[in-house]
Amino acid sequence: MMSRLGFPQPYLSLTLFLVWQLLSDGISGGSVVLGAVLAWLIPQITRGFWPQRPAFIKPWHLPGYLLRVLLDIVSASVTVSVLILRAREPRSAFISYPLQLEHPLAITILASTISLTPGTVSADVSDDNKTLLIHALDTDDEQAVIDEIHRRYEKPLLEMFQ
Amino acid sequence: MSAVAEYTIAVLLLVGGFFTLVGAIGLARLPDFFTRLHGPTKATTLGVGAVMLSSVVFFSSRGEGVGVVEILITVFLFLTAPVSANILAKAAMHIGVGTTGQTRGKPWDQ
Repeated sequence: MMSRLGFPQPYLSLTLFLVWQLLSDGISGGSVVLGAVLAWLIPQITRGFWPQRPAFIKPWHLPGYLLRVLLDIVSASVTVSVLILRAREPRSAFISYPLQLEHPLAITILASTISLTPGTVSADVSDDNKTLLIHALDTDDEQAVIDEIHRRYEKPLLEMFQ
Repeated sequence: MSAVAEYTIAVLLLVGGFFTLVGAIGLARLPDFFTRLHGPTKATTLGVGAVMLSSVVFFSSRGEGVGVVEILITVFLFLTAPVSANILAKAAMHIGVGTTGQTRGKPWDQ
């Protein structure tokens, strides 16, 4: 029903509307109208970039996931800082991570999470969306990194999206 | 402003400044392009996060309402930092930037 009204991405529209209210100086009639126009217009313009309707099955898992990522950023930042300040050469590695997620948005969230948590940067996704190339700053054991990412981030995302 | 708020702001600013500095040092002294990519993308996440928190505490303690705009700045930063890191890494792999001899594994060439 939402898509027939001109809202192909209900979550995106809602987010755009709320962010616009926060950006404008206090909620007024003008900000509500302009926010509604933007919430309708931007999903229309970017329609071609979204391959399918969003498959957010359980969005209420998202706050817990974000909290976990924030805590990981703090603890892992300390690890990376120690590594930078020590004189040792980092043992970096390129790791091919086998993806189980299929939804493009889920893969984007996972790749962004990997880039945000210190120690790993996601470099590329294979053309068939099955493998993620990760650059790890300092690791001895590639398999341990893969297991850690799967356990901490991919599993919750799998629950959210499937 | 209460003393507690002042100390909180000072600690948060110092923490933010420390991580930003470490990120810059990492950018300068890590051995190759891909390891240097880690410094700035990481320092901004925690460094800017701490500075933003101190700003929220500052304006809240002066009774001017909670700083929603600072939180939005952080959200936008967290959304865009991984994308720029990803594009930088892709560009580096595309033109075949070298890695240190110690790096295990190879970047793809698609």
